[in-house]
Amino acid sequence: MSPDTAPDTIRPHEPPPEGMVSGSRLEQVLRAGQFAVTAELNPPDSADPEDVFAAAAPLAEVADALNATDASGANCHMSSIGICALLTRRGLGTVYQISCRDRNRIAIQGDVLGAAAMGVRNVLCLTGDDVGSGDQPGAKPVFDLDSVSLIRTIRTMRDTGEFLSGRKITKRPHLFIGAAENPCVDPLEWRPERLAKKVAAGADFIQTNYIFDIPRFTAFMARVRDLGLDKQVYILAGVGPLASAKTARWMRSNVPGIHIPDEIIARLEGAKNPGEEGSRICVELIQQLREIAGVAGVHVMAYRREHLVADILREAGITRGQR
Amino acid sequence: MYSLRLFAIRHSRSFERIYRALEATLVRLDPLFERIGYARLERPTAFVERSIKGLLFDCQMCGQCALSSTGMSCPMSCPKQLRNGPCGGVRPGGFCEVKPNMRCVWALAWDGASRMQRSDRIREVLPPVDRRLQGSSSWLRASREVAARQRAKRDSERAALARAFSEARAIEPSTAPLAEEPTPAMNKGEH
Repeated sequence: MSPDTAPDTIRPHEPPPEGMVSGSRLEQVLRAGQFAVTAELNPPDSADPEDVFAAAAPLAEVADALNATDASGANCHMSSIGICALLTRRGLGTVYQISCRDRNRIAIQGDVLGAAAMGVRNVLCLTGDDVGSGDQPGAKPVFDLDSVSLIRTIRTMRDTGEFLSGRKITKRPHLFIGAAENPCVDPLEWRPERLAKKVAAGADFIQTNYIFDIPRFTAFMARVRDLGLDKQVYILAGVGPLASAKTARWMRSNVPGIHIPDEIIARLEGAKNPGEEGSRICVELIQQLREIAGVAGVHVMAYRREHLVADILREAGITRGQR
Repeated sequence: MYSLRLFAIRHSRSFERIYRALEATLVRLDPLFERIGYARLERPTAFVERSIKGLLFDCQMCGQCALSSTGMSCPMSCPKQLRNGPCGGVRPGGFCEVKPNMRCVWALAWDGASRMQRSDRIREVLPPVDRRLQGSSSWLRASREVAARQRAKRDSERAALARAFSEARAIEPSTAPLAEEPTPAMNKGEH
């Protein structure tokens, strides 16, 4: 990965260009009206930085930013801030994911400044999965903030230059603030309104959870457009290749917030090569999502299938040079 | 109690009316509370509040009640104690990610809010919880706060008058005064 004039290599507290809040590559692509791609990095269970670079390699070529997850599913891995520290050294664009489950407002605000100082320009504010679903269910959950108040907190740090306590920050962080949304799970009726709340709190972009149900997502986006939210926030639809029907069923039962329609599972079940079918489904979904007005990009989550991402994007007609 | 909690959310519009009447009464009693002393009133009021709200809403006495902005569904019953929910882990049918047999507090909240007169309140971004207020009376807090806001508004109106009629104020001290009024003098004529 050659460090070209990718703006994520600009000095950490350097003010962003006119009209931007962060100057990150992701923000540049979105504001230019190009179809953005972000990809989730699989965090290693290792203290070796090379494992992080190896995980990033297949994705760095095709993504505008890489998401460093924060103990997603309440499973312990290398921390998101550690991963960001390593990737920013190599000039890669990162999305620093912050979950409210494990840390209180004091730790989070401190980490936001630390991340910004290392060159992180994008953050994703998450409430966080419950400790019960992870590998250490006896842990004490924190949830001092929720995703909405976290968004507002970071916006206050960025725009007003203050901590929640009112104490002044001498050099403000320049961050593109993201939030998650899960359009295909209950309560379906209120998900667009919840998105409106996140926008009101200060979200600049959204990454959704996996979209496998196009009709549900289309209905969600229609309501989002009614509320005018597509003009206020950039929405990246979540996609990913499923390995098999068994994997899909496992995800449905064990990962919170996943909705996979039966038709998709049936297709995987009936396929001669389920892995290929999973990739094909992913390509189709990306092509369909691209047609929906208000969708500004895709967020690829290819757990253990990262080597397929570049091909999938190419087949779907999305390559860096052509966006 | 769970069933009463669901009942309260179903009848959110009625409870909204009751709550608004209660708040208006408490605010009007602020001068009396000042005279008795808010500190002295804290424990008995918190006791009554916990008994009534605990029964009706499963109130956890967080001390910063926002029920009229959460469709009468107490957010502290949420295992993640979200003040701006729901989260993305809601199970099909609207059940909680953490407690699968419990209806999602926030799915119920949005439903409850849709039935209320001020159904837009749930769209406001609520601040994080101040843990120090745990166990204290929200009723008294609300009455103090609303009364203080009304006083501030009255004071700024009086200040504007004093500025506009500064000459009159100089020669006739009781016209357009700025000095703080003792409450009995202020409340005569209001009912």
